[in-house]
Amino acid sequence: MAPGIAARQRALRLPRSPKIVAGLAILGFFVLWAVIGPVVAPYSPDQNFANAPVPLPPSAAHWLGTTALQQDVFSQLLVGGGDTVLVALVSGVIATALSVGIGVTAGYLGGLADDLLSMIANIFLVLPALPLLIIMIGFLGRSSSNDILVVGVIISITGWAFGARVLRAQTLSLRNREYVDSAKIIGEKWWRIVATEILPNLTPVVATSFLFTVLYGVGTYTALAFLGLVNPNWSWGGMLFYAQNSNAEISGYWWWFVPPGLAVALLGTSLVLLNFGIDEFINPRLRAAGLTRRAGRKAGRRPEFALTAVLKTSGGQS
Amino acid sequence: MRMIARRLGFYLVTAFVAVSVDFWMPRIIPGNPVDAILAKMQGVSITKSTIAALELQFGVNTKASLWSQYVHYLAQVLHGNFGISTSNGFVPVTTVIGGALPWTLGLVGVSTLISFCLGTVIGALVAWRRGSWLDNLLPVTTFFQAAPYFFLAFLAIDLFSIKLGWFPSGGAHQNLDFPGLNWTYLSDVLDHAVLPALTIVVASGAGWIVSMRNVMITTMDEDYVLIAAAKGLRERRVVWYAARNAVLPSVSGFALAIGFIVSGALLTEIVFSYPGLGLLLVNAVGDNDYALLQGIFLIITFAVLTANLLADFVYVFLDPRTRQEA
Repeated sequence: MAPGIAARQRALRLPRSPKIVAGLAILGFFVLWAVIGPVVAPYSPDQNFANAPVPLPPSAAHWLGTTALQQDVFSQLLVGGGDTVLVALVSGVIATALSVGIGVTAGYLGGLADDLLSMIANIFLVLPALPLLIIMIGFLGRSSSNDILVVGVIISITGWAFGARVLRAQTLSLRNREYVDSAKIIGEKWWRIVATEILPNLTPVVATSFLFTVLYGVGTYTALAFLGLVNPNWSWGGMLFYAQNSNAEISGYWWWFVPPGLAVALLGTSLVLLNFGIDEFINPRLRAAGLTRRAGRKAGRRPEFALTAVLKTSGGQS
Repeated sequence: MRMIARRLGFYLVTAFVAVSVDFWMPRIIPGNPVDAILAKMQGVSITKSTIAALELQFGVNTKASLWSQYVHYLAQVLHGNFGISTSNGFVPVTTVIGGALPWTLGLVGVSTLISFCLGTVIGALVAWRRGSWLDNLLPVTTFFQAAPYFFLAFLAIDLFSIKLGWFPSGGAHQNLDFPGLNWTYLSDVLDHAVLPALTIVVASGAGWIVSMRNVMITTMDEDYVLIAAAKGLRERRVVWYAARNAVLPSVSGFALAIGFIVSGALLTEIVFSYPGLGLLLVNAVGDNDYALLQGIFLIITFAVLTANLLADFVYVFLDPRTRQEA
């Protein structure tokens, strides 16, 4: 088989998993939402409508009803996606860069550098993130905590350690492979070995740790906005903040808090699905056995206890 | 026991880092915390000595070197002196925290324990019965893993408190004053704790299910499990052997998870107006009550470290290999 075809097959194998397809589809939908949401929103999210004393349930004019200030929930929902996605991406990129830099360096160098860097990563893992973020924002004050980029950066400070730990462990297992040894004997610089021999083999792990930190960013930004600590523009967490301040959950104004909450949960679900898909790609045994079991019955084999059936099916499911 | 000693050393270092974060944060981040506090305190008469105490605490207008401030700060923390809470009538921070801590410890401790046990058992079952209807749980857990705790709290209130009227929607008990430890009071407290606990259990349980299932599936392919099954041991017994080994990564992963759970639980408390540390923390930010903020951060960190230490003991108990070095 020509190497080009092999490479293409490898690239194609990933998206066939239903989890990855579903995850990518939902994620793509939300990214699109974040970009064009503000354009297609029927009203301005700040505009006040009918002078009613209570939030109005969904109607033809306001598809998702109105808030206590008689603003259109649907428009807020459409506009609110941009910030959440942007902050999550910013913190995901910065945190992943940090975890690759620190994790791979620690794993590759070993010795004292490893001890020190691992220690720092472990400390960051154990320190409770949300209280730490809250006191950081408390001291930063309103002006800078309303800057989306600043928020993304401080979220990434608390979100890199998990990825660093996983990457360090993977690097440790790659460090003594023969191809790395041969590169050393040739006299390659250490950073060149890391970049060309080790990093390419870490791609799936880097991908999961990136998705994990983006997920962390979505959750954390929503939490901080929900607490009313960072609300520069409309965001889903901010909508929940205002909903809670008006006691929407006690008053039964479900149309106010269900849409933003569901949006966050679905965006998060897509990231978790993608992560699971990649995990199953790395470790095929993790797949739910529905398909293999059916295929097994077709092939006349009963799944035995404590054994993962390995079957070749024509659909390329394996 | 060398493992425990090593972990203990690590937790001490982490506690020291947390204390240092509290010290350096106001000194590194630009701005004057004392001015911010005073701006919030307009209308309240403040004595000169109070301002001096605040300035000393946050390192404003002081001639002392950073180093001597640091040593002084560490000594104060070691003596349990976390400063005074400006938003609660200048009582010591420890008093304010002491009133809220039992609620958080009780709620978060019990629900974390329930969610770990329940999630682990369900995860083992899902792995054992792989390919059965139990696999349908997995997409559900995906959703709960991704949904914010406080959103689930909203849904719990809307459904179980408002629509069905089964449980109260907020607070920790009905009585304003403490009537003594009688059954009426306890049942009232339990009644108020059900919904917040349920929220935390559902939200954090999903993660335990997935991690247990994934490890369990790998473990069930190990040779010793095959041998146990081949020897003709009852299936339950075999699963028990596999589960005992599969639970180890979950226990050692406890350290990673507890931070997330505590963060989520603090948010849950806020939705339920539960009088714990979460509510205190948010009010402290709003009031620029920095000493209280720092104190809560320290207390939560210490609690998380203690929980980790307990998990380490459980690990040593479960895994004989860690006891064999000596």
